[in-house]
Amino acid sequence: MIASFRKFLPAKVKEELAAWSMLSPALLLLIGFLIIPFAMAIIFSFTTKRLVSPLPTRFVGLDNYVRLFADPAFWQALRNNAVFAGIVVPIQSGLGLLLATLVNRKIPGRNVFRGIYFMPVVIPMVVVCVAWYFVLTYPEGLLNTFVKILTFGKAGPYDWLRAPSLALPTIILISIWQGVGFQMVIYLAGLQSIPEELYEASRIDGASAWQQFIHVTLPCLRNTHIFVLVTTTILAFKLFTQVEVLTQGGPRGGTNTVVRYIYVAGYRELRIGYASAAAVIFVLTVLVVSVLQRILVKEEREAL
Amino acid sequence: MKLKHWISRMLLYSILGLFACIFLFPIWLMISVSLKSDEFQIAKEAATPRALLPASPSLVNYQSVLKGEGIDAPWTRFFVNTCIIVVSIVGCGIFVNSLAAFALSRLRFRGRGFLVSLIVALIIVPFEGLAVPLFLVINQLGWFDSYQAQIIPFIAHPFSIFLFYQFFNKLPKELDEAARIDGASWFQIYRRIALPLSLPVIATVAILQSLEYWNSFLWPIMVTRGPEYRPLSVAMNAFFGQPPRRWGNIMAFALLTALPLLVMYLAFQRWFIRSVAQSGLKG
Repeated sequence: MIASFRKFLPAKVKEELAAWSMLSPALLLLIGFLIIPFAMAIIFSFTTKRLVSPLPTRFVGLDNYVRLFADPAFWQALRNNAVFAGIVVPIQSGLGLLLATLVNRKIPGRNVFRGIYFMPVVIPMVVVCVAWYFVLTYPEGLLNTFVKILTFGKAGPYDWLRAPSLALPTIILISIWQGVGFQMVIYLAGLQSIPEELYEASRIDGASAWQQFIHVTLPCLRNTHIFVLVTTTILAFKLFTQVEVLTQGGPRGGTNTVVRYIYVAGYRELRIGYASAAAVIFVLTVLVVSVLQRILVKEEREAL
Repeated sequence: MKLKHWISRMLLYSILGLFACIFLFPIWLMISVSLKSDEFQIAKEAATPRALLPASPSLVNYQSVLKGEGIDAPWTRFFVNTCIIVVSIVGCGIFVNSLAAFALSRLRFRGRGFLVSLIVALIIVPFEGLAVPLFLVINQLGWFDSYQAQIIPFIAHPFSIFLFYQFFNKLPKELDEAARIDGASWFQIYRRIALPLSLPVIATVAILQSLEYWNSFLWPIMVTRGPEYRPLSVAMNAFFGQPPRRWGNIMAFALLTALPLLVMYLAFQRWFIRSVAQSGLKG
C-alpha cells in the first residue's frame, strides 16, 4: 500500500523523505546522548539536583556557580589546568615541530624514526602511566638512579609523584612523552604542503637554512600552528586519566584538574547540580578556545 | 665538503637516535620486567640498568595474567569486552555517520544548512562536560554496567559525519545524476556508489575512533561495576592499584593491553599517520 502510494509522490517530496530517513539514526542518537545531556547539564546547574536525596530538587538560581567560584579547590584545579596548558602547549608544539623537521629530511631510515616517535600515541594512556610509574619509583627507581649518576650523587632521590613541587611537572613530562608524536605528524603534513619553489626561490636569494626556516617555513605553517595550539590547549583542559591513575589529584589537590573535579563532585559525591555547574564552565572554556581558532583561521583566509 | 656533509649526517643520526631511545626506553622496560619471573629480583634490580635486561626470560607472568591470577578475571575477558565495545562503535558508526553525511551532502531538503552548521558546532562539545548528565540518562534507561552504555552513546560522532561530508562534497555530481536517470533510489546510490568510494574516509574514521575508544577511561569507570563489562583500560588501572604490586604481572598485563593497537599500528603505519594528519585538516 505504502510502496504504491510512494510512486505517486513528486520527486522533491521523495528526496525530502529520503534525506530525513537517512539522517534520523544519527540525529536521534545525537539528540539523545549529546544534546539532551548538554541541556540537562545547563538546567541542573541551577538546581540542587542530587542522585539520591530525601529532599526534592529545588531551583536555586546561580547558587551553584557562586559556591563553585568560592571554592579554592575549584580554582586550584583550574589553575593546574592552566599551568599544564601553559607548559605543555609551547613545549609539545615546539618539540613536535623539531621532530617533524628532523624526520622530514630525505635521509635513509626516516620512516623508522617517524614510526618510533609516533608509537607512544597508540599506547593506551593507562599503560603509559603504569610504565612510567615504575621508572619514577621512590626512592629506588631508574629515574632517580639516572639523576644520581648525572649529578654525581649530589641530587635526589626525588619522590616524583608525591612531592608538591614535582607532581605536576612529572605529569606534564609523561603527557608530552605520550602525545608529542601527534603534533609531529600534524606538523609533518604542514611541512609537506609547503611548495618546494618557495625554498628554491629563497635559496637563489642566498638565504641560509636558518633564514629559510624563519622566513619560509614558519609563516607557511600559520594555520598548522593555530590548529596545534588549539587542539593541544583543549587536550590540556581535558586532562584526567594520567592524574587519576598516578596521583588521584594529589598531593593536596596539587594535580587535580577540572575534569577530575567534575567527576568527583558528580560521580563520587553524587552532587549532580553542583558538578553540572562546573561542567558548564568547563564546556564554555573549551568553546571559547575553539571559537578563537575559527576566528583566527578565518582571518588568515581573508588575508590571502 | 664531503667530510662536512658526513659530520652533519652523523650529528643528525645521533640526535634522531637519542630521541628514539627516549621513546623506546619505557616500552623496552615494560617488556623486560614482564619477562622476569622473580618478583624479588624485579624489586632488587628496579633502580639498576639490569632492570632493562631479563637475565633468564620466562613467560610465567603472561600465563598467570591470561589465567587471571590476582585479578577479578582473566585478561582475555577484558580484551573481549574492549573488542566488543570498540568494534561495535566503529562498525555501527561508519554506517550511521556516512549515511547522515550522504544526505547532508547530496540531497536537497529544508533545514539542510542549519543541520550542517549544527554538526560542525557539536564537534566542539567535549564529552567530559556531558559525562555526569549522560550518566543519569544511562541510569534512567537501566543500562548501568552493560555494553550498550559504552557503545550506543558514541555511535553518532559529529567529527566523523563532518569527514564523510567533506569527502562526499568532492564527489562529482554527475555520478548520482546518472544513477538517478537509471532509476536508482537515493539509498541505492549511497550503498552502491558513495559508500564504496569512501574507503579512505572509512579507514581514517575507523583508526581515529579505535584509538579514542581503546583508550577511553573516564566513562567506563563511571558505568561499569565488575569485570563482566569492564574494558582493558579500567581493568589495568584496578590491577595496578591493588596491593601488593606484582610488577612482573602488571607489566605483562600492560604490554598485552597495548599490544593489539601496536600490532595494528606496525602493520598499517602509513594509514595511522595519514589518519591522524587528516584530523588536522579540520577547521
